[in-house]
Amino acid sequence: MSEVVRRVRAGGGWSRPRGGSRKSNTAPRPWGVALAPVLILTLFFLYPLALIVRQSFQPVSAYADVFSSELFRTALWTTVWIAVASTVGCLVLGFVLALVIAFVPFPGARTVSRFIDVYLSFPSFLITLALLFIYGTTGIVGSFQFLATPWGVLLAEVTYFTPFVMRPLLAAFSQLDTAQLEAASSLGARAPRIVRQVILPEALPALAAGGSLVLVLCLNEFGIVLFTGAKGVTTLPMLVYSKAILESDYSGACVVAVVNVLISVGLYGLYRVVSRRAGA
Amino acid sequence: MLVHSRKAKWAVWLVFLVLFLPLFALPLLVVLGASFATNWSGVLPSGFTTAHYTAATRGESLQALTTSLVTALTASLLALALGTWAALAAAGLKKRQRRLLDALFVLPVAVPSVVVGLAILVAFSKPPLLLNGTRWIVIVAHTVLVTAFAYQSVSAALVRLDPAYEQAAASLGARPVYVLWRIRLPLLLPSLTAAAGLCFALSMGELSATMMLYPPDWTTLPVLIYSATDRGALFAGSALAVVLMTATLLVLLVVSRVRTRASYR
Repeated sequence: MSEVVRRVRAGGGWSRPRGGSRKSNTAPRPWGVALAPVLILTLFFLYPLALIVRQSFQPVSAYADVFSSELFRTALWTTVWIAVASTVGCLVLGFVLALVIAFVPFPGARTVSRFIDVYLSFPSFLITLALLFIYGTTGIVGSFQFLATPWGVLLAEVTYFTPFVMRPLLAAFSQLDTAQLEAASSLGARAPRIVRQVILPEALPALAAGGSLVLVLCLNEFGIVLFTGAKGVTTLPMLVYSKAILESDYSGACVVAVVNVLISVGLYGLYRVVSRRAGA
Repeated sequence: MLVHSRKAKWAVWLVFLVLFLPLFALPLLVVLGASFATNWSGVLPSGFTTAHYTAATRGESLQALTTSLVTALTASLLALALGTWAALAAAGLKKRQRRLLDALFVLPVAVPSVVVGLAILVAFSKPPLLLNGTRWIVIVAHTVLVTAFAYQSVSAALVRLDPAYEQAAASLGARPVYVLWRIRLPLLLPSLTAAAGLCFALSMGELSATMMLYPPDWTTLPVLIYSATDRGALFAGSALAVVLMTATLLVLLVVSRVRTRASYR
């Protein structure tokens, strides 16, 4: 109560809607303040990107050369299908795990969700490093070249990126009113039905946001693929690296880079629109 | 809440464990186990040794650790300054301009980091700004990559900031700079430290852009881990990876202590 009174006095009788848009009464700052960071970003990010686009047209035939190469088309297809499959895997797995943590809590569930936060701060190649011991030539499971196939990359990406889906889901679940679940349950709905008709609709925005972020991150993933050391799996970022650093074919690398950027930025734009719609 | 009978609950938990442990706990345990071993051909590693750690904390490896720490600290501080400045500036703009700035500063997340590395390599390999071959090219790339995360966390915190305090200060005659320094930044301190921790962790583990750019005398720890595993020294690589994780976690721990102290002030 006293909090309200103080607010009213301080702000001169306005009230701020929770989580709503914030309107500052202080004078709007001019564009000049924003200019410095924008200039720095332009110099170190936009200008280099523009150079890549320019270089990709020198010679003009670079696009035709790259597009006609079998390696590029395979890499494009491999990148897209692994990314889509990983995203689906992360969504299913993340949904199930988050569901258990949030709605069938067990002792230590909080520790698990904190562990997930820590997990996010580790680099992705650790997963491949671990898988090398499990599935590598002298590994636990034995000598079969599982990691050198796209399935190895898929497993590593699902493992690494599932927490990226779980975090927004857990945040969304914590805002869900449990009274809804109790009501549905007391009206005779069983667990699968409650999940389908009460929880899933509430989780859709978080699923959409998390899923599209993971899709973009999978399309751009480099460390996981690099560490498998598989010659059989070439993705677009891998192709950029091998063309530029190993073959010194900068024009070709720039063409692949432009294609990769177009796909990823397009999808990320979609993600921003979706998450804004979802009121994130 | 969702499952009421005791039996069903245990079944659900069992499924959770079966999914969670092999996927998330096992990789970390495997790396940890391997870092103490010389040999892994059965179910468990064998040949206990701490020699990998002795090697991982001296010479080339120690230098790589310092390189990573210096790079990550510099890049995250630069990114924090840049991101906070941009987020504060964006908060004062009109809606359309703010959206533009949002899109601009979030773009580095969407662009593959390998491409960011290639772009910076192409742009700064020739005068007037010749950075290629120096440590600065790595630091610049890391800064560009993590600025987006700093910007996002700070602007999310700005939306939640209660404007009553700054309005009260302004109504009492405080200048905008004074309000910024004494009111807004102290209130933002918890999220600023969180953003700094995030940037630091991301920069410590950055591999893709670094692989495109690193000069021979500025090898970061992830690059060293890659070259170790590439030549087949998996066990030594695991020890380096554990060192990397430990260093990251220690810094995050310090940062989170600063954060709790800041939020109770």
